[in-house]
Parts: sequence; C-alpha cells; structure tokens
Amino acid sequence: MSQLMMKQEEHRQARQDLSDVAADWSNDQEVFRQTHWGKVMMWIFLLSDTFVFSCFLTAYMTMRASATLPWPDTAEVFALTIGGHPIPLILIAIMTFVLISSSGTMAMAVNFGYRRDRRKTAALMLATALFGATFVGMQAFEWTKLIFEEGVRPWSNPMGAPQFGASFFMITGFHGLHVTCGVILLLIVASKVLRGHYDRTGDYSAVEIAGLYWHFVDLVWVFIFAFFYLW
Amino acid sequence: MATTIADDLRPMHHPKTWAGKYVWSQDHKVIAIQYSLTAIAVGLVALVLSVLMRLQLGFPGAYSGITPENYLQYVSMHGMIMVVYLLTALLLGGFGNYLIPLMVGARDMVFPFVNMLSYWIYLLSVVVLLSGFFVPGGPTGAGWTLYPPQAISEGTPGHQWGIVTMLVSLAIFVVAFTMGGLNYVTTVLQARTRGMTLMRMPLSVWGIFIASIMGLLAFPALFVAAVMMLLDHLAGTSFFMPAMQSMGQTSQTMGGSPILFQHLFWFFGHPEVYIVALPAFGIVSDLISVHARKNIFGYRMMVWAIVIIGGLSFVVWAHHMYVSGMNPYFGYFFATSTLIIAIPTAIKVYNWLLTLWRGDIHLRVPMLFALGFIFTFIHGGLSGLFLGNVSVDVPLSDTFFVVGHFHMVMGVSPILVIFGAIYHWYPKITGRMWNDALGKIHFWITFLGVYVIYLPMHYIGILGVPRRYYALGETGFIPQSVHTANEMISIAAFVVFAGQAVFFYNMIHSYFWGPKAEPNPWGAASLEWQTPETPPGHGNWGAHLPIVYRWAYDYSVPGAARDFIPQTEPPS
Repeated sequence: MSQLMMKQEEHRQARQDLSDVAADWSNDQEVFRQTHWGKVMMWIFLLSDTFVFSCFLTAYMTMRASATLPWPDTAEVFALTIGGHPIPLILIAIMTFVLISSSGTMAMAVNFGYRRDRRKTAALMLATALFGATFVGMQAFEWTKLIFEEGVRPWSNPMGAPQFGASFFMITGFHGLHVTCGVILLLIVASKVLRGHYDRTGDYSAVEIAGLYWHFVDLVWVFIFAFFYLW
Repeated sequence: MATTIADDLRPMHHPKTWAGKYVWSQDHKVIAIQYSLTAIAVGLVALVLSVLMRLQLGFPGAYSGITPENYLQYVSMHGMIMVVYLLTALLLGGFGNYLIPLMVGARDMVFPFVNMLSYWIYLLSVVVLLSGFFVPGGPTGAGWTLYPPQAISEGTPGHQWGIVTMLVSLAIFVVAFTMGGLNYVTTVLQARTRGMTLMRMPLSVWGIFIASIMGLLAFPALFVAAVMMLLDHLAGTSFFMPAMQSMGQTSQTMGGSPILFQHLFWFFGHPEVYIVALPAFGIVSDLISVHARKNIFGYRMMVWAIVIIGGLSFVVWAHHMYVSGMNPYFGYFFATSTLIIAIPTAIKVYNWLLTLWRGDIHLRVPMLFALGFIFTFIHGGLSGLFLGNVSVDVPLSDTFFVVGHFHMVMGVSPILVIFGAIYHWYPKITGRMWNDALGKIHFWITFLGVYVIYLPMHYIGILGVPRRYYALGETGFIPQSVHTANEMISIAAFVVFAGQAVFFYNMIHSYFWGPKAEPNPWGAASLEWQTPETPPGHGNWGAHLPIVYRWAYDYSVPGAARDFIPQTEPPS
C-alpha cells in the first residue's frame, strides 16, 4: 500500500517537475534565467554552425560512398616515417592531442576568469591560443606534404577518387579557418583580460563565451577525425 | 548581465549625427526600414523580370529583344530574388526587426551592432547579386534551383560568371541572415519585458521567432551547397560533377553526385518555404484578430501549429525530388510527411475562419488583404495536395501546374500578407495615414488579378505545358486555347504590375502629405501600439519599460469599457 503511494507520489513529482520546466521556459523576461545574452547567442550560433559542419560531413560521406574510383587508405596517406618506420596517423594523433589539450587550458581559463584572477586567466588563454596556432601550423605542414609529396589536388588525386582531395581540403580548410578565427578571438579577449577591461565591467563572461566557441571547434575536430581519418 | 532589460537608458547609444541616426543606425526600427526598402527595391527588379517573361510567353516572337538565353536568366533571377532577397529579407529583416522589440517590450535587439552589420552585409549580397547583370555572359540562367551539372556547364547562360555572383551572393546572404537571426531568437528568448510570457506573445512574434530558428538551421545547407558548387566551378573539384561527354570531349570531372546538390538545396529550400510562410501566418493572425475585434481562436493551438509546422518542414524536402531518381521507398516517407503538414496548417486555417465567425469585421484595407490571403492560401494549399502525392506529382512535375501552385501558396499569399502588414503598421511606422480609397483599389486589382494570372496556369499545367520553356511553338498536344490563355495571363500580369503603382503612390504621398495618424488607430491591444510616441522614439518606451498583464487578444471583452484592453492595462 505504502509502495503504491510512493509510486503515486513519484508520478506526481515527475508531473510537477515537467510543468515547472514548462513554466520556467514560458515565464516572462528570460527563458534562461540570469544567463548572459552573449552566451545564449553563442549557443544558438553553435547550433547553426553544427548544421554547417553536419552538411559538410554528410556530403563528404555521400560522395565517399558513391565515388567511382577507390578511396585512398587514410592510415597510409597520413603516415609519417619516423626513424625508418612508417607510423600511421601519427601527425593527426599529435594534432588531436594538441587540440584537446587546448580545451583543457581553456576550461581552466574560464575557471580562473570567474575567480577574477586576471593573470592566470590571460596566461591560460594565451596558452590555448598557442595550442591552436600549433594545430593550424601542423595542418599547414600536412597540407604541404599532401600537395607536394603525394600530388593531391582539389581536382585530382593520383591515389584514386578525386573527391578525396577535394573534400579533405574543403573540410579541414573550413575547420582550420574556424580554429584561426578562434585563435584571433582568444587573443583579443586575452588582451582585454590583461588590460583589466573585465575587472572594470565586473563581468568575465566574454572568457566563457570564447571558451564555448573553442570547445565547439575542438568537438567538431573529433568528428572530422573519426569520419575522415579513422573511417 | 542583461542590462537593457532594466529601466536603464545608459547602455543605449544615442546617435548624434544624421548619418548615425539614419545610415549607420543601430536602432532596430531604422534597420527594419533599411531592410524593407532594400528588399522592395530588389523585389521591383524581380517584378520587372516577371513582366519581361510574360511579354515573351504571352506574345512569343513579338519582342525580339528577349532571346532564349535572356528568358532563362529572367526566370532564374526572378525566382531567387523573390524567394530569398525579397520575401525572406522583408519578413524577417524588415518585419522581424521592427516588430520583435516593440511587441515583446524591449528597447532594441539584444546586439544592435550585430544587427546593423546584418543589414550592411545583406546589402552587400544584393549588390553582388545584381552585379550578375553586368558581368560577361550575364546572370545565371540555370533556374532558381541552380541544379548542377547544367548550372556550371557550357551551354547554360551565365555559366561563366553569372553563377559565381549568384553563389557568392547567396553565401553572403547566409552570413547576413545568421547575424540577424541570432538577434531575433535571442531577443525573443531573453529580452521580453515584465509580464510578457512566451504564451502572451502576439502570434506575429511566434511566427517570426520560429522562422528565424528554422533559418539558422536551414541556411547552412544552402551555404554548404553554394561553397561546394563554387569549388566545382572555380577549383575544378568534382563534388556535384559526374564525368560528362560533350562535343566529343570528356570532362575533367568524374564521380560527383548531382543528386547530392539537390538534397542540400532542398534541405534548405523546403524549410525556406515555411521561413517565408510562418511570419505571414503569424502576422495574418494578428490582422484578423484586430480587425474582426475578436480574440484569436485557439491561441495555444496556433502556437503549437507554428512549432509543429516548423519541425515537420525539415523532413519533407525530397518531395521536390520525386522525378530526380530517388529510391521509390523514399517517396512513401516524404509523401507521408508532406501530407501530415496539412494537419497543423488546416488547424491554422480553421482557426482563422473561426476567429472571423460572428466577429465585428471591419473591412479596412489590412483586413481585406488578410482575407485575400486566406483565399489564396487555401487554393495554393489544395493544389499542394496533388503535388505531394508521388503518383500525381510525376505527370505534373515541371509543368505550369507547379508554377501556379507555388506562386499561389508562397508567392502571392505572403505578398498579400506583406501588403496587409504594411497598411496595418504604416500609421505606427510613419505617423501618417494612407488613403483608404487608393488602398482598396490596390487590393482589388491585386487580389482579382492574381487569380486571373495563376488559376489558368493550373489548367495549362494539367494539359502538360512545361515550365521554363522559352516558346511552345507548334506542338501537337498543346491546343490553341493555351496560347489564348497565355495572352490573357500576360495582360492580367501587366495590369497587376501597373496596379502596384497605386500602392507606391499611396505610400510615398501619404508619407509626406497624409493626415496625422493616431497612436492606435485600429484599437489594437498588442504592445507596439502602446508606445509613448508615434512613431516610437529611440529606446521605444521612454523612461520606463511597459509591464504586461494579459495576452494580446483581449477584444470585445464583455463588461469592458472599450472593445479592446491593451496588454499594459492591469486587471481591475
């Protein structure tokens, strides 16, 4: 009997929770209480950007599935010979490691930002930007190798399907552009942090907003890594 | 934190110079007018193109200045301009900008600077688009759908540079829209005034809000498609280009998928129909409610219908591709999802009718346009049922039936709402009244005219007359009556075209010499009519933000002193 009542109580509670959520959402003034407008906008922008990358990746997968020539083995193409041994995907592995590390430093920067620790925030953001720049640098190396050593072009590919080079340059190029924009954004925000701009306004949200963008770019890379390199 | 919500005018940048006030303005109302005027200007270009097309179709051979290439270019530019640069920009950039902050009780959009950038980037996209008329080879003639491989292959007009300006312009437009759309969505979510709950918002805001979200999710597909086709054209990639034989020569491209482009294009293209339609649905609901002096019937259902239509419109895109060579099983799915959309749409139509039922209907010009919309929308929607079914669509595909259908449902219908909305809000925007007689003349010419234009197209289409043909010539299956009908359509089109001069004369003349308008000439309950100034000043609300106590549809409340109760009136 009491078990039944507990069940009923649970159901009642669940219904109450659901209607609380609905009430919060449809309440006046703000759907997301006490949330910085810029943060809301960044989230919505990232949702939109997700659709851009999803379209790129879906298009790439469609093309790969229907290409008329064989698709090159990415493990071989993206291998580096170190000490006489070809190591598959080693450069990509390092790039991924660098980018994911940068997300770590970014998260720490956001944390120190909310503690109003100006120097540590700026230092960690600069470290993040440095990781990002390293990533773009390694990407440039990878592109150079692919273009000059393997002879891959947007319109042709000696190893098989021309869509390989085309989608590689397009997708990694578009992502690299995002990383570059992120580095610039981080440098701007970091310099504002250093100059004490956010101490004066009393609002460190810009650090978190830049962080949101950075984590997103990082997350997109994970998908590119999985779908383009590991497939 | 969210600063301008408070009664604090300090964060507002009050412009000091003339240029700061009217050119580089960050005021949502000025940006709205800039957006609207630009959209109308480029829309006029598209309107002239349609007249040129009708000259050719009604009187083939009579105008030697129109070559077959020109004709295809007119078709393509007319379509793209009307759908993207006129309707989307006017409904979201124009009405969205003007109405959202005023209707939800905000001082401005949440990011006025980004909002201003949105307009200037939109203007850039329009300039790039129109530059297509002046590049070697002229604008693209690939049809507004820009299907590859023909869009970038030799033989299609504008395949050299016209297609480049078109694609670049579209990509720029997507950037501009994203900046605006982020503002509209965030403003609705985060910057409403006290008491303005989501379920007290006027349906206009709901329509624009959901359409903006859809735009943010659908335009990426267009952006990606444009980037990929640009690469195909300029960098020689083979995303959409298969191996082709032409004049004994094999193309450099191979293995690309033209169907992929169609999927990307229509993943944008179908939501786009509703990006245009939903703001129109919302606005027309408000017009009907105000001018019938009755609360909107089934407000909650209306909101949910908007949301559900928005969601469903993302899973119906391939009904544009029944003849493209899809797996037939996809046809089942997309036909089913397409027909399911009829349910929320029918809810909306019935609710409009039930709002009118036993209402105190004032047949003012905005109301006439709203009623006209219900007619054209029902007719266009009914022909959509034919095209949504695979087996009926296949013979009708690419005929004038399709042209009649979509012009009725997403061309004329939103345009009628836009006219109605301009007449409705003109007193608030300019502080002047327009001439009633001229407005009614404009309505009847437009409303009757579009029926003379588009109804016969359905018959012509059922007879199998294909669209996008320069001239029909001596074709066995096409009876003489089609040629007669085409002449009649063309003459009606010229009359409707000329009739729009009445509208422009009325608007421009009234702006300078019209009688002063009252702050709330229609007795509307929603917030934008309760501003302290008409037209509203910078910051919209004077010293204090309004407080909202009720929904926007308290009309003819029994026992009330007036036949409407403004949203700002506290419960007694």
